[in-house]
Amino acid sequence: MSAAAAAPGASPLRDTVEWRLAAPLGLTYAVFFAAPFLILLGISFYADAEQTRLGLDSWVKFYTDAFYLKVIFDTLKLGVLAVVATTILAYPLALVFRAASPRMQRVLIFIILMPLLTSVVIRTFAWIVILAREGVVNQTLMALGLTATPLNLLQTELGLVIALTQIEMPLMLLPLLTIMNQMDQNLVDASRALGASKWRTFFRVILPLTLPGWIAGATLVFASATTAFISQSVIGGARLVYLPSLIWQQSMVVYNWPFAAVASLTLLFTVLSGIMALSWLGRFAKTS
Amino acid sequence: MSQRSTPADVSFNLTVGIIAGIAILILVAPVLIVIATSFTTTQALRFPPPGLSLRWYGELFDPVRSAPIHNAALNSLWVAGWATAIGSVLSVLAALAITRVSRPSARALEASFLSPLVLPTLSYGLAALMFFSVLGIRPSLNLLIAGHLVVIAPFVFRTTLASLTQLDPALLEASANLGASRLYSFRRITLPLIAPGIAAGAFLAFIASMDNVPVSLFLSTARTSMLPIRMWGMMESTLDVRIAAIAGVLIVAILFLMVVMDRFTGLTRRMSA
Repeated sequence: MSAAAAAPGASPLRDTVEWRLAAPLGLTYAVFFAAPFLILLGISFYADAEQTRLGLDSWVKFYTDAFYLKVIFDTLKLGVLAVVATTILAYPLALVFRAASPRMQRVLIFIILMPLLTSVVIRTFAWIVILAREGVVNQTLMALGLTATPLNLLQTELGLVIALTQIEMPLMLLPLLTIMNQMDQNLVDASRALGASKWRTFFRVILPLTLPGWIAGATLVFASATTAFISQSVIGGARLVYLPSLIWQQSMVVYNWPFAAVASLTLLFTVLSGIMALSWLGRFAKTS
Repeated sequence: MSQRSTPADVSFNLTVGIIAGIAILILVAPVLIVIATSFTTTQALRFPPPGLSLRWYGELFDPVRSAPIHNAALNSLWVAGWATAIGSVLSVLAALAITRVSRPSARALEASFLSPLVLPTLSYGLAALMFFSVLGIRPSLNLLIAGHLVVIAPFVFRTTLASLTQLDPALLEASANLGASRLYSFRRITLPLIAPGIAAGAFLAFIASMDNVPVSLFLSTARTSMLPIRMWGMMESTLDVRIAAIAGVLIVAILFLMVVMDRFTGLTRRMSA
């Protein structure tokens, strides 16, 4: 794996030369990535929008107000729903991919990558065309006589989850496909030969074996869905408030930077807690 | 493995088949619907379109009426080009350093170089805006390049690292034993072998920059508008059918690039392995 077993007789001196190659990117990250976050943290400790007094007022205001706590909860919930929806759709597609011929697999990969490489703004726009009152879904439902009046799908959590499912699905699929292709077919065959049904084989053999791939995918989907500003603001509309739109509004509309900084750090903690929960799940699954 | 089919197995195959079908439909339909909508004759975004025309493409390519869009597209291309170029060089160097060392510190560095992939870049966008304003630097395209660079470098870093780990160390040892200098070995052996990996990463990084919303949202101004932000503005105000035409142009460009990249770098193989 690692090329640390470098050429025999590599002197420590040569090692240090190698290390320096990481310095340019490391410095860039230190200056343009780490430092801005420190400034963000610093600004969150101003007590007022004019940044004249220091104090914990912004933090207290955010974490004692039921409205803002609900925004945090809704953002988390949106991330979880996106993970659940992409999981339900991605697993069967990954199973089909595994059973497909190499030629078919290439076609499927293109189908999966295409949305991933299509702008998020465009995909959000597509869902407006689909979910609008005169959109594809409503026209189909009305033609089938399932509903007399067009349903309001835009500006609802359901519509947003549907759109995010399509937008994030490739992120779930890619790690799943990778791990499915690495899975030992013998284990699946053994399970079947011993009389387990396909259902049982899936839940008792395939699912546990592919869990690491799922965790990688779920991490990306969760992080992406909770920060999907454009989709949240355009499809969710003004009625549904999530952390990203709150950050935008507080920083660029109201100009309350300390409060926006608190909201930003809260989003960071929310995503990190989700990632940690998922990696803990992975470790827990390994040991049990 | 020929197995007798039990009702349970039939129900499993049916369930998997139906859900996979729905998944494919959900993945593909939006892209096709947008393209179909872009050829409509009317102002309204109706699907299926009542009539077909190139009217909106005409509007989009009109240099006067669509000047703001052209301007934003050029800005986006400029920023994506520079951010990808600089980010690729830095990432390749960093990946070379990290593969040669297997200390815990190298793993920590690797994790921090990849962190922008999962950390909310929206938080970073605001942080960058505050950082530059504290330093008293006015927003410009250069700041956008710096901000984009950080969030797209991981794409190149990841694919380059993957290519380097698959590199056979025996090749480099043989080269060294035959008296080649390290730089010569790098130029004649390492670089040609990892080039497809770098190219695939650079392609993804370029797309990610063209598509970036969170950083551009905070660092772009009216003078330095970026394409996705401009499109978002068009969606918020009036649902302009030109958005569908922009989508059509971008989708065709991406498809073309995907096919080209796949031929030269095995892009699809790299992304699914």
